[in-house]
Amino acid sequence: MDRNLKRIALDNSDSIVKMWMSEINTIKDGNYTATISDDLFESTNREFVNVIFTSIKDQGSSKAVEDFSEKIINLGWPLSYITDGLQIFRRVTIEYILTKTEKVDSNYFSQVLESVDLWVEPIIRKLVNEYSGSWEHIVSLQRVALQELSAPLIPVLEGITIMPLIGTVDTDRAKLIMENLLEGVMQHNSEVVLIDITGVPVVDTMVAHHIIQAAEAVRLIGATCILVGIRPEIAQTIVNLGIDLGKFPTKSSLKKGFTTALELMNKKIIDLESKEENISKMLDSIKGE
Amino acid sequence: MTTQSCVMIQKEWDIVAARQLGREIAKKIGVGTVDQARIATAVSEIARNIYLYAGKGKVCFDVIETIDQKGILITAEDSGPGIDDLSMAMEDGFSTSGGLGAGLPGVKRLMDEFDIKSEVGQGTQIKVIKWVR
Repeated sequence: MDRNLKRIALDNSDSIVKMWMSEINTIKDGNYTATISDDLFESTNREFVNVIFTSIKDQGSSKAVEDFSEKIINLGWPLSYITDGLQIFRRVTIEYILTKTEKVDSNYFSQVLESVDLWVEPIIRKLVNEYSGSWEHIVSLQRVALQELSAPLIPVLEGITIMPLIGTVDTDRAKLIMENLLEGVMQHNSEVVLIDITGVPVVDTMVAHHIIQAAEAVRLIGATCILVGIRPEIAQTIVNLGIDLGKFPTKSSLKKGFTTALELMNKKIIDLESKEENISKMLDSIKGE
Repeated sequence: MTTQSCVMIQKEWDIVAARQLGREIAKKIGVGTVDQARIATAVSEIARNIYLYAGKGKVCFDVIETIDQKGILITAEDSGPGIDDLSMAMEDGFSTSGGLGAGLPGVKRLMDEFDIKSEVGQGTQIKVIKWVR
């Protein structure tokens, strides 16, 4: 029975393809694919429908489907194109087979439905799996990339280290901040650590709590922590929340914090004598001879 | 009253989504930057309470208008364990999770109006309003 139906579908693939093509073109307008050129849309449709037929012919051959999904994922076609396309294919094929038979009873009808479903199902499963697999892969890559960026520690001067924080601080990140901070202080032999929160959008009690804990831990290993980059609105919300940040120095900008850090280290930045002055001094000394 | 927009709180990152939505709505109705930060922080606190204590719930935002003022109403609802002693929870420095204990009293100070209902075993509902100045 299934073989018969398959033969009907394969023998009349041209007509089915024609029906499918005209159907899929109707969903193109005002849809996700509206920006795709007609030529590309046409050729992708042809390839797609060929893949479907190859898969039906070879009892769910995965090679063609795999190649096609790889290509279409790389090109960034939406998943809805695949699901819509296969949905339409199912509909037109069932319709076609039913019009080709003279006597249609409910038994025959349900058999047609079942067979066509069985043809389409492995393709849908395969393609959707490939798609979600590729998304999961991207998400995991990005998570790793984000983690690498999340708590960098920069030694700027002998004994002074800066940790710039940008973006939301969540529990995982807070843990990383603490670890990197303490590890970095030991490794770089820092005496002063500046935590810059200019890029942190919201400082709520949790973020404040983690910063206080980090600062306290830094103090325990013998270094000083300065919190810098406190924007005016953040200062106000911290006051409203009633958070006590009085245990360690805080500054409005990294620049001011750095100056404080230098003071704590008994260091000072001085301008070098300019070159011109040097030359004029040299000239003077030559004249004197 | 205009249409309500809600954020479901289930993961830690939903807290970020909630406060971004809150900030966006606040900005749209003309709240200043400092109050935007206050609203975002308050949303962060109440959303985090849901995440920490109830596991899941939702935070909803409404724009409310009276004759002489306009504001944002934030409603946080969960069906978690509820709060045993409300007056304790509203005290500064009280925390059952080892935090700073500034969350709820802080939210009250950050916002203009504050209302909390909680029943043990039933859940908690917090309503806060910030008026546009």
